[in-house]
Amino acid sequence: MSFANRFKSPYIKFAFWWAFWTLVGTILVRQFQYSWAVSFADAAVTQLDWTVAGYVLNSMLRYYRPSSRNILNLLVFSLALAGLFTFLVLPYFLPKAVAYIGGPADYSSFLDGSLFVRFVMSWMQLLFVAAISWMWYFIEEQQQNLKMKGDTERLAREAELSQLRQQLQPHFLFNSLNSINALVVAQPELARKMIQQLSDFLRGTIKKDDRQLVTLEEDIHQLSLYLDIEKVRFGYRLRSEIRSDEESNACKLPPLLLQPIVENAIKYGLYDTIGEITISIEASVEDKHLVIRVSNPFDPATSQPKGTGFGLNSIGRRLYLIYFNNNLLQTSAEDSIFTTTIKIPQI
Amino acid sequence: MIKVILVDDEPLARSMVREYLQTYVDITIVQECNDGFEGVKAIGQHKPDLIFLDIQMPKINGFEMLELIDNPPSVIFTTAFDEYAIKAFEAHAVDYLLKPFAKERFDKAIQKWLTARQTSAPAPPPPALMESASQPEEKNRIVVKKGSNIVILPVHTIHYLEAFDDYVKIHTKDGFYLKKKTMSYFEQTLDAKEFVRIHRSYLLNLQELTRIEPLEKDNHVALLKSGVRIPLSQSGYTKLKEVLGI
Repeated sequence: MSFANRFKSPYIKFAFWWAFWTLVGTILVRQFQYSWAVSFADAAVTQLDWTVAGYVLNSMLRYYRPSSRNILNLLVFSLALAGLFTFLVLPYFLPKAVAYIGGPADYSSFLDGSLFVRFVMSWMQLLFVAAISWMWYFIEEQQQNLKMKGDTERLAREAELSQLRQQLQPHFLFNSLNSINALVVAQPELARKMIQQLSDFLRGTIKKDDRQLVTLEEDIHQLSLYLDIEKVRFGYRLRSEIRSDEESNACKLPPLLLQPIVENAIKYGLYDTIGEITISIEASVEDKHLVIRVSNPFDPATSQPKGTGFGLNSIGRRLYLIYFNNNLLQTSAEDSIFTTTIKIPQI
Repeated sequence: MIKVILVDDEPLARSMVREYLQTYVDITIVQECNDGFEGVKAIGQHKPDLIFLDIQMPKINGFEMLELIDNPPSVIFTTAFDEYAIKAFEAHAVDYLLKPFAKERFDKAIQKWLTARQTSAPAPPPPALMESASQPEEKNRIVVKKGSNIVILPVHTIHYLEAFDDYVKIHTKDGFYLKKKTMSYFEQTLDAKEFVRIHRSYLLNLQELTRIEPLEKDNHVALLKSGVRIPLSQSGYTKLKEVLGI
């Protein structure tokens, strides 16, 4: 919240402004041995006059904010405004007001004598108003800019996230359809089951929002659908084990995060080795983080896990965009087992 | 009888082709292979007329498998990847079937092959197939054959390559391997920041270089970590200095 927003209405701001300076003015006029009533009337009317002038200046600054180069325009304008309101408007109203409450006869000579001082004071007040309103508008504009920038960044982030989520490998889909195609004649029951699994899996991948977290249990269900389909495709070669306790199951994570990691593990496990492979998925809660480790065998002699490892960049990017932390995805390779670890902060 | 071999790591994908082939009485599937290693062996043993070949397979992919066969048979690629289609056609593969494919599409591919077989002698594998038989993202390794063994060489284990008649000698710490390729093929497919053609007959892995030694006149030789000295040509010397930024 900025200072400018604390007094929402400009009228209230000006009312405070008027009241404060009326108080100061009353004490000032009182120094010239006028009664409290006269002093107050003088100060109140004078300040009302100047406050109107200040309001005019403030309104003008809302639409036209001079840069430092043409600050002279502002000086001239405020000077003219001070002159107009002090020399023309004030002598018209003030004597009438003072006379109305029965002021002394010599009052008009006091007014004439003090007009120039009043003019200087009103100018200074106007410059003060100009400075304050210039600052207010400046802050307001800054805040609007910041908000706009924030909105733009948020939109870009969401677009990128949704794009990253949609990187479901189309090859998976085509290969699965090919398997179903092969099963249709030989094993129609299995074909039907696989179509069902594939539909359930696909339904789970669409219309998901990154901010709507899912529980690990739900995500593992989605993952199992995927694993079942892959097992039909690759037959005996692919095995999987999922270990997760109740505490981890209740933890929340962004949807569809695990599946691409497992897909990656299967891809490199199956294509980097010959024979049976086991993909293991292990979840635990460590230090207020849900930690999930996915590991697959690989052949250290022929493949080189580089950097973040095989094609996990988009996962790391997603985690960064959601949690603004670059250390949530880690990979390690040891004894021909490649492990991908993700940490999901639990609030 | 027409002999056919299926090479695909997915059993269901093979059974699909098997089912489609049932209508062709004169075509016999002599073997089904789970991966490229089995493929190389089976093709050498059976000398099939035609193979159905998947691209993404364990250890070595379909293109790499073809590289290891001296007189490859006709090839129909079957894959879910459409990004290799252009390369496969450039390489004069008979056809390129995108999974899942219909029986009609499959029949068309067979007909195409049968027609080509009748009109001309069974085409020897075009050299273009060999030249393009490497995927862009897998230039980080080279697959070679030594005796009956298949060896996968990650490029960082290669010290240097040397022209050797129609072959290229690939030198590593365990000796050298022969590959029927051209020097320019390797120059183009290996990362130019890592491998520099320092001579008409030599392509050097920069990681292996320890020193450049002057020889008489303007000639230089490159000293490798393994102690081997390789001649530098004039243009090779210039190129090397450029890459090293000296």
